[in-house]
Amino acid sequence: MEETLKILAETFGPSGDEEDVRLLIKDLVKDWADRIFEDSMGSLFVTREGPAPKIMVSAHMDEIGIIITHINENGFLRIAPVGGISPHLLVGQRLCFKDGTAGTVYHEKIKERKELDWSKLYLDIGLKDNKEVENGVRIGEMACLDQPFKALSGGRFMAKAMDDRAGCALLVETIKNLPSTLPHEICFVFTAQEELGLRGAKTAAYRYGPDYGLAVDVTAVGDTPKAPTMEVSLGKGPAVKVKDRSVFCHPRVRRLLVETAEKHGIPYQLEVLERGGTDIGAVHISREGVPSGAISIPCRYVHTSSEIIDGRDLNFAANLLQKALTATWPNPEELHGQ
Amino acid sequence: MLAELANLSGVSGNERAVRHFLQNRLKGTRVSSTVDTMGNLLVRKGAGSSGRRVMLSAHMDEVGLMVTAIQNSGLLKFKPVGGIDSRMLVAKRLRIGDKGLPGVIGAKPVHLQEKDEQKKPFREESLFIDAGFAGREEAEKHIKPGDYVSFDSACTALGEGYFRGKAFDDRAGCLILLELLLENNGFNFDAAFTVQEEVGTRGAEVAAYRLLPQKALVVETTAAGDTPETERDAVSTSLGKGPAISIMDRTIMVSREMREELAKAAEKAGVPYQYRRLTGAGTEGGAISLSREGVKTAVVSVPCRYIHSPHSVVKESDINDTLSLVRTWLEYQQ
Repeated sequence: MEETLKILAETFGPSGDEEDVRLLIKDLVKDWADRIFEDSMGSLFVTREGPAPKIMVSAHMDEIGIIITHINENGFLRIAPVGGISPHLLVGQRLCFKDGTAGTVYHEKIKERKELDWSKLYLDIGLKDNKEVENGVRIGEMACLDQPFKALSGGRFMAKAMDDRAGCALLVETIKNLPSTLPHEICFVFTAQEELGLRGAKTAAYRYGPDYGLAVDVTAVGDTPKAPTMEVSLGKGPAVKVKDRSVFCHPRVRRLLVETAEKHGIPYQLEVLERGGTDIGAVHISREGVPSGAISIPCRYVHTSSEIIDGRDLNFAANLLQKALTATWPNPEELHGQ
Repeated sequence: MLAELANLSGVSGNERAVRHFLQNRLKGTRVSSTVDTMGNLLVRKGAGSSGRRVMLSAHMDEVGLMVTAIQNSGLLKFKPVGGIDSRMLVAKRLRIGDKGLPGVIGAKPVHLQEKDEQKKPFREESLFIDAGFAGREEAEKHIKPGDYVSFDSACTALGEGYFRGKAFDDRAGCLILLELLLENNGFNFDAAFTVQEEVGTRGAEVAAYRLLPQKALVVETTAAGDTPETERDAVSTSLGKGPAISIMDRTIMVSREMREELAKAAEKAGVPYQYRRLTGAGTEGGAISLSREGVKTAVVSVPCRYIHSPHSVVKESDINDTLSLVRTWLEYQQ
């Protein structure tokens, strides 16, 4: 799983330009899928056929980044955020474009740190003027944080885009490890544009029309110095989501996940996230409503160039997802009125 | 025709006058149209194949106000409908209710303001509408809470090739769609003249669901920043530089493929184009692109100075160039 996570995390894929990640995943799972297709938003659907009910499991491919809005006559690039990225964290960071062009972000003269906003930032890719702009670096092109994947001591991993390539890696491993016959149909959806407001998940859920929704994403933790209070720590197992700002998970789906973890002795935590949302925020209100739940991978420093997760959490999460997807899910009709 | 369209009152939720104008203009032409439950005017041009079609959208509604209470004094309290800068409201002429009664936004005159009051702009709470009634009873004969209020400002030609007026956002887009429906171009497409864009792109959401387009282009009006206080690097769009192609806004990330189609269409049509540098603010692009299974959508806009005010300014050549771009793009879709 570490190798899969490494290549996925290092791949370029800001919201709206997930192509490289999509091609990589397609290649990784093609031998294990019954059907693979894409939609107009760029989400990738990987189906394993089976009888009803239909379960949609999603993880988002996109990561935060920046977009070029203007190239001035001196060759400096003006940028705007793609997703929830802080201008403070960008100063001095290296960025990378799809074609490999590199650059760094700095700011105009400011008196105080708090003056720093997007209008003060610029990206320098080494141009002398706007005449030598390369083909791949034009208005509308996006760049991502550029940091290599590192294995840390204590079985932890650090990389950009753990949010949510950790989820993607987990889904890829799960697809490979499922038994040849399944008790139900599963569609793994690698979604686009989650960071811009769960957009890929919205159209994907409409298209697939699942009976149940599951998402795998990272979640914030409360175990760092003077962190905001939150009952999730790194290394204590995957978190079963109770709620975030986008969803209250269906109690029956949550129970299924918790009971599966307990039955198989998988450590888990319960996640009550005050900020943030994830794919099932869009999935659970698609069409006539879809009972949904989520497994979260605890992650420190989310939306920075150095997001840290614990390998054990990832492995336990994979185990939990695998067991949950081979369990018997209730007939969706039984849930009405619950 | 821009003047006729812009002069109509059509605050979000009350687009009837604009819809009637468009319906009248389309009478006797070979297009079929329907009005949905929200009030969107959906017009189909050409029979074409039975497959999914191309959708163009422009919103009929404009920002404005709504009367919320009649005070004992006969003065009226109001709330904005859509994104309005309350600092620019004072002393503006208004048309109130279905009959378009004249009124003005009143505030405490400078003589009666304390020193520190003079330094602050008026806030919405300290403003009111004066429609010339001596008390509540008199006012109630003509006005009721919920009445729509629009700016009263007639579209006027300025200088060489400019227009001043209200509601160019998005009557300029309506004009472009109307021209494409009226002219003899042989195109097949659906035109959605939508409602309630300014309060959250509501009309577009149901219009796109109903039309189930294969691809969509939103024809909008966007803020121009080519005025002295804006630094050059930060100018979102400029007047006279042609249609503005969006790369991203709060609601949509426009695909590279769609942006390139538009840029190519501009080049083919021989008109200048620019990119909209602002990545904030929303358009119908979001609602349409996320409709059902997703729709490839792009946004092109006429740049407009002092947008969302009673006196915004557009350049005629930008409207014509946007029309040319959209026409050429449509031609490629046939």
